[in-house]
Amino acid sequence: MAEVKQLVKGLADQHGRSMESLLPILQGIINQEQHISEDAMVEVARELNISAAQVYGTATFYSFLHTKPLGKYVIRVCKTITCMMHGKNQIIQELEAVLKINLGETTHDRLFTLLETNCLGQCHKGPAMLVNDEPYTELTPEKVRAIIMKYKQQELNVN
Amino acid sequence: MSDKINLKIDNIAVSIHSGATILEAARKVNIRIPTLCYHEDLCVAGNCRVCVVEQSGSDRLLPSCAMPVAEGMEIHTNSMKVRSARKQIIELLVSEHRADCTRCYKNGKCELQELASEYIIGDNGFIDLVAHKGYTIDNFSPSIIKDDSKCIRCQRCVRTCDQLQSISALTVAHKGEDMKISSFFDKPMFEVVCTNCGQCVNRCPTGALTEKTYLDEVWSALNAEHKHVVVQTAPAVRIALGEALGMPPGEIVTGKMVTALRRLGFSSVLDTDFTADLTIIEEGNELLQRLKKVVKEKDTSVRLPMTTSCSPGWVKFIEHAFPELLPNVSTAKSPQQMFGALAKTYYAQKIGVDPKDMVSVSVMPCTAKKYEADRPEMRSSGYKDVDYVLTTRELALMIKQAGIDFASLPDDEYDSIMGESSGAAVIFGATGGVMEAALRTAYELVTGREVPFNGLNITPVRGMESIREATIKMEKVLPEWDFLEGVELKTCVAHGLSNAKHVMEAVRDGKAEYHFIEIMACPGGCLGGGGQPIPTSPEIRKKRSEAIYREDALKPIRKSHENPEVMHLYEAFLKAPLGKKSHELLHTHYTERNRY
Amino acid sequence: MKKNLQRLDLIFKNEHDTEVILRKTIGRKCDDVINDLISSGLKGRGGAGFPTGLKWKLAAEANQPDKFVICNADEGEPGTFKDREILSSVPHKVLTGMAVCAHIIGAKKGFIYLRGEYKFLKPSLQKVIDDFHVLLDDLKIDLRVAIFLGSGAYICGEESALFESMEGKRGEPRNKPPFPTDFGYKGQPTVINNVETLAHTYSILKYGPDKFKDLGVQDSRGSKVFSVSGDTPIPGIYELEFGMSLQKFVDDFGDGDSKAVQVGGASGFCVPRKKFEKTIIGYQGKLRGTSLPTGGSMMIFNSSRSMYNVLHNYLDFFVEESCGQCTPCRVGTQQLLLGIQAVKKGEQPSSYLDRLLDLAEAMRVTAKCGLGQSVANSFSSIVENFREEMIY
Repeated sequence: MAEVKQLVKGLADQHGRSMESLLPILQGIINQEQHISEDAMVEVARELNISAAQVYGTATFYSFLHTKPLGKYVIRVCKTITCMMHGKNQIIQELEAVLKINLGETTHDRLFTLLETNCLGQCHKGPAMLVNDEPYTELTPEKVRAIIMKYKQQELNVN
Repeated sequence: MSDKINLKIDNIAVSIHSGATILEAARKVNIRIPTLCYHEDLCVAGNCRVCVVEQSGSDRLLPSCAMPVAEGMEIHTNSMKVRSARKQIIELLVSEHRADCTRCYKNGKCELQELASEYIIGDNGFIDLVAHKGYTIDNFSPSIIKDDSKCIRCQRCVRTCDQLQSISALTVAHKGEDMKISSFFDKPMFEVVCTNCGQCVNRCPTGALTEKTYLDEVWSALNAEHKHVVVQTAPAVRIALGEALGMPPGEIVTGKMVTALRRLGFSSVLDTDFTADLTIIEEGNELLQRLKKVVKEKDTSVRLPMTTSCSPGWVKFIEHAFPELLPNVSTAKSPQQMFGALAKTYYAQKIGVDPKDMVSVSVMPCTAKKYEADRPEMRSSGYKDVDYVLTTRELALMIKQAGIDFASLPDDEYDSIMGESSGAAVIFGATGGVMEAALRTAYELVTGREVPFNGLNITPVRGMESIREATIKMEKVLPEWDFLEGVELKTCVAHGLSNAKHVMEAVRDGKAEYHFIEIMACPGGCLGGGGQPIPTSPEIRKKRSEAIYREDALKPIRKSHENPEVMHLYEAFLKAPLGKKSHELLHTHYTERNRY
Repeated sequence: MKKNLQRLDLIFKNEHDTEVILRKTIGRKCDDVINDLISSGLKGRGGAGFPTGLKWKLAAEANQPDKFVICNADEGEPGTFKDREILSSVPHKVLTGMAVCAHIIGAKKGFIYLRGEYKFLKPSLQKVIDDFHVLLDDLKIDLRVAIFLGSGAYICGEESALFESMEGKRGEPRNKPPFPTDFGYKGQPTVINNVETLAHTYSILKYGPDKFKDLGVQDSRGSKVFSVSGDTPIPGIYELEFGMSLQKFVDDFGDGDSKAVQVGGASGFCVPRKKFEKTIIGYQGKLRGTSLPTGGSMMIFNSSRSMYNVLHNYLDFFVEESCGQCTPCRVGTQQLLLGIQAVKKGEQPSSYLDRLLDLAEAMRVTAKCGLGQSVANSFSSIVENFREEMIY
């Protein structure tokens, strides 16, 4: 709780306390915590002197502002037309197999969350996905496995 | 250059001020365009699209509520294109609305139902969407029930909560098919900053937001043997009840209401106005005591300005929003709760009824009163002081259920010892009324003379302006109040919580030098309460207000401290204002609540 | 493969004349610059096609102290990815356009509203902006440009929804009028232009309006950056002249088996093979045949594709991405989706498709914003042209 308070206060100091700062502050929370908790929203409401419900209303409008906890790496596979045509289902199956989770779930080690998303603007290179902010395109099952391995390796190196 | 715009609507020429909408222009020539998300009290949303009209030469239809008029426009409100589109929109709304109308609390009073009937929405509708959504009903609040399955997303409630009340307990959440009206994290209304004011209920076109009704409980009490059921009626009920029973706004129906209540079987028909007068005595004395402590004794522990405490929506608002200012709130209970505490003590003794056999019912223009009666503090009599709170609308329903032809009823009078009231009590129902009533008494207490206003009408505190200020100079005061000689008593009146917020921010920031502030949670005061007949509008509230001041002027007694039954109550029971008994029964305390 | 469409190289041309252009432009009369833009025939490249010069003129005439110029980089239309490429490879052209616009209308603050999906572009773009600020200071142009990141909401590409989003609110389109040039971001006069539109102003300012106007056809002047995807051997980004026929386009980009082209993304039109010849790519005007406007998205489907699946995918998209505030779009999209499912499953007769076509038409004429209105485009064009695929 105290940590969230500090985080939100810092973001409000950085971005300001007007309504125009709301989205940047919420994005800042996502950068740190992958989701915006109830406590975080209350702190944002306090800093901006608006109702918590208003913060909630804005946050839930945006697909990238999650209100439930997600893994450290959020995988968003594009499900829109050309990525669908070029086999996004296969990619999702592969990811489900590699991560041993279903679409919409988070791995037990809270490292990966697997989601679908709408058009990523990589239609000429579908199927495509984002891992947090990083785009990966022209995916194949092999490529996907390698990408996941890379992140897992990265984690091992950190620890 | 004239700033009138000329246009034609359905071939009828209209001239209207620039900036007006097509809807306004149509209403000017008595062309009715159906609306749903539009409400006179709220900013234009333009989201339901029911009010679309066709403009000659334009492919797309225009939302008449949001579209300003332009010179030379030719508008058609009833073309085939309009009719077809409008019908489909109504069908779409019906498809996302749980349309089990016969089982709905708003059956017969639902704006969507009315439109569906007008446009004959038959079997050939769209696919029912409600079944897919897994809706739940939030009925945890003692005041308000929120049923999302009946919501048509017009956002009137959200705009009400935001613009009129500046609370924003309700918001629009999610988008697309998941878009819904929600509280913070979709928590029960009971757990969030909702003040239970019911303004959303008053503006909801369907049965998505309704008051929690206690009709069955009250009918049971009336039919129970050995139960003595007392009823009290708030000042603003008598000038609005008629509207829910087919009468035009602004009718005073006090006498008929009393007759109806007797016919319904209430054992004692009493008046909240009686305790409104009592409130003035207690609250007026509290104000003078605070002034004495601050001005004379320089006691820094006592806070000024003092604010009124009779509006339970306002009380819950300040508990959430300005907990640091709670010491400024008068400790006097609201008239409803003073009545409740006295009914099961003083009145029960007088009529020889065991309070455990007494059921205390109140009829209020308010949904927050239901919550107030449920507060744990409100059990001074040793029992729940007020058992059930009905809104004006619920009473109208009872009268209909009982088969009473309200309009033809003879007048009758309240029962005594808690039924007499002054004109000062009547005006509690209008914004500024408590202030006026308090000034009539306090000024006289301090100076021994009547307030220096023609006919006791303190017009500066009347009206519908959002925030009003008035100053009364205390001159030639009685010796006991010498410290007030020459003091200018500064007062402020605000109605609607949005205005209340402005005033309290000024108080908090030390920018307001008031002594006494009256705040009513609802626009127009109780006459515009969340429990009043639907619809509400500035025009309707104006008519109700006029009725209230008419009733005041007709009263033989105009000042609270001259109410003989109140005087008797002090002599026989309470002894003195702010005395020991008063503190036990008539005063309360407040609780800090979550800000967000 | 025969190549009969001329590939142009204006937008992506590697040229760096920002300083020259800015010096030249700030020395000229604002009216002259606006007139150049108007006579070039440049229209908004986001898809709606409002004349850019006129937009700037309206904002310039607005009498308010605070004005804004905003670059709409919320490229969310399925099948569109050209703005990403422009911002990656020639961001300085976009910034040049913004600076000229700001100078003309009197704005001191500019924003690039970058969709959240393109956040990876932010660091490099920020660096270009930082360098650009140094140049602006040298030229004594009082303008600061900031990146405003979106967070995943297609509707924010609608200009008034974009303002709402920047103001910390839900990205719900506003009622119009008032229009952005009077009442935009924070209620102030605002010019909001698509990324590509701003990049085109660079070329117009550099080469003069005539060179631009010479490209394309009547009502649809200049070049256009197309995002080509789907069943094509050569997906990618191509700058082509306006006014080509769809047949020529398919000859160049199709795989020889093209059965339909979706012009303008999910909110655009689906053109079946039999109409390729008569369909011209350009803004609506007095062209022969049917002219189709587009933000540049061209998705090609070959005969292996089920148009039911294609439409289903679009509708899934709209059902999620509708802002939800207006009835026709919020409920209508759900009904269209459930409706085609019901027909496919045989739960509704095939005649229910006609009811859905009526609904789509009602949505087109009543929805609050352009995006809600345009759901009907793809729905009707697919259902009308591929009706059997919807049923069997």
